[in-house]
Amino acid sequence: MLNGVFEWEKPLVELEKKIEELRRFTKEEGIDFSAEIATLESRAENLRHDIYSRLTPWQKVMIARHPRRPTCLDYIELIFDDFFELHGDRTIRDDPAMVGGIALLEGRPVTVIGPQKGKDTKDNIARNFGLPHPEGYRKALRLMRQAEKFHRPIISLIDVVGAYPGIEAEQRGQGVIIAENIRQMSFLKVPIICVITGEGGSGGALAIGVGDRILMLENAWYSVCSPEMCAQILWKDTKKAVEAAQSLCLTAQDLLAWKIIDEIIPEPPGGAHRDHEAMAMTLKEALLRHLQELEARPADELVAKRLDRYRQIGVVW
Amino acid sequence: MLIVFWGKQKYVTIKPQETSSGPVADGLWTRCPSCSSLLYTKELTKNLNVCNRCSYHFRMGAWDRVKHLLDSESFQEMDRDLEGGNPLGFSGYEEKLANSREKTGLTEACLTGEGRLSGYQLVFGAIDFGFIGGTMGTVVGEKVCRAFEYALAKRLPVVMVSAGGGGARMHEGILSLMQMAKTSQAVERHSQAGLLYICVLTDPTMGGIYASFASLADVILAEPRALIGFAGPRVVEETIRQKLPSGFQRAEFALNNGMVDAIIERKELRKVLTRLLLYHDGGGRQSC
Ligand SMILES: [Zn+2]
Repeated sequence: MLNGVFEWEKPLVELEKKIEELRRFTKEEGIDFSAEIATLESRAENLRHDIYSRLTPWQKVMIARHPRRPTCLDYIELIFDDFFELHGDRTIRDDPAMVGGIALLEGRPVTVIGPQKGKDTKDNIARNFGLPHPEGYRKALRLMRQAEKFHRPIISLIDVVGAYPGIEAEQRGQGVIIAENIRQMSFLKVPIICVITGEGGSGGALAIGVGDRILMLENAWYSVCSPEMCAQILWKDTKKAVEAAQSLCLTAQDLLAWKIIDEIIPEPPGGAHRDHEAMAMTLKEALLRHLQELEARPADELVAKRLDRYRQIGVVW
Repeated sequence: MLIVFWGKQKYVTIKPQETSSGPVADGLWTRCPSCSSLLYTKELTKNLNVCNRCSYHFRMGAWDRVKHLLDSESFQEMDRDLEGGNPLGFSGYEEKLANSREKTGLTEACLTGEGRLSGYQLVFGAIDFGFIGGTMGTVVGEKVCRAFEYALAKRLPVVMVSAGGGGARMHEGILSLMQMAKTSQAVERHSQAGLLYICVLTDPTMGGIYASFASLADVILAEPRALIGFAGPRVVEETIRQKLPSGFQRAEFALNNGMVDAIIERKELRKVLTRLLLYHDGGGRQSC
């Protein structure tokens, strides 16, 4: 990848640049290039379809990890009218790899949580590359319980390759808190909408991923572990990650077929990183639509349906 | 209603089979990986797979757990006929399943059933490390779930002996991951009815099994030196790029950090479970 452009989309990006130049020329020099532009536009459209309609699972993983892909805080900024961030797990510290707080969605208060990746190297180090410690998950749980108390719906924006594998994380019970989050989320009496916006890896994603609606962005991935981890464990070779991505059936399209997710949120052509605004607006529309459906239901029915959904997964006999 | 529902359950009682989960299976002699003593395999088996020199706890198969912990002839296996396929079409998975079935005599990595422990009626489950590392796929998730649901319907306590090298089974991808949610929910519903659940963490209990039903027991016991944690030690080492402290993620580490209630030697386990069941008046409740 060079300057944020993937190898496979280079011809398209060059074509788009050419169109852009012709447009500028038209404007600045007053020469009419509309015919040429139209021809190139239709060529670009074909190329766009050609390239982006047959992305391999690994290419999608790469798009999901694009350094300019919108982060949790980007979505919060673009989708909600207001946001008040809440910090800390009340036990050890505030984990910057997990953010959360109260936001207004078209005027109504909701609780938003999500892992936060960094925007640059410095930010990434501060945020531990978006890999939460147990206290991050504990903070998320605290905010979710708070949401339940005040009857606020919960929106979980998930982009995490996994829970942080470190010594302190293990000391503070990474496994225990993940189990605890899963258990408690399952029974919360408020609507929960989870969105896999980028990466969804292992228990680190599921710990904030149990809900009434599971949505997934078109190029996001979600699986039992990252392709690299799978390749390492099964074949002792991280270079086989491409193969693992294929085998794991981790794309949104696979997961919709398995009924693990409810809906695929389309991304702007080429990926969410190419147009944050458009991506956020598409997601906002979906959130509002699902929330309206869920809020019409009594809490007990909500929980019963949620449990039923998970109970059915893997019953194949 | 419950009777109709549970009437669908199928039971197959079969004779306990020797399993080969531990490194004990073949050869007249077995070397202890901890103290390097050469142990007479027959003696070792008699000693519950514990080294009589340094008390190193070798791994133990699921049927051996039944034989060790439950009253003789009391165990009735549940859901033995539950067999999964290869939902993702993961290459090599069918062979792996077939090999594990042959090696362990189990149909899947989890053995569940109803039995008695010192006279107390309960639902018992054990994970066998010898079956694809004791990992949880859809069948293990379903069996654990059904075990808790059965216990809930019959108002029985549950004792689980967990193991699992990687936790969730990779060959079943996202479907494996979802079993963490499914089993955790079954545990909670059983718990909300006031019923007792004890989990014994044995070597190794990692990843998705640790981060779901194994962590959610009322009382969590561990065998000495069992590896217990979320991320595998190799992954941790590669992430932090430094050598791990000795004893990292062992049962003693988990105890010191407040993650388990007590470490119990295998020879004491049956006695301790009996005591705990006694304290909870059997751990079940009169049917209502
Ligand atoms: Zn020894």
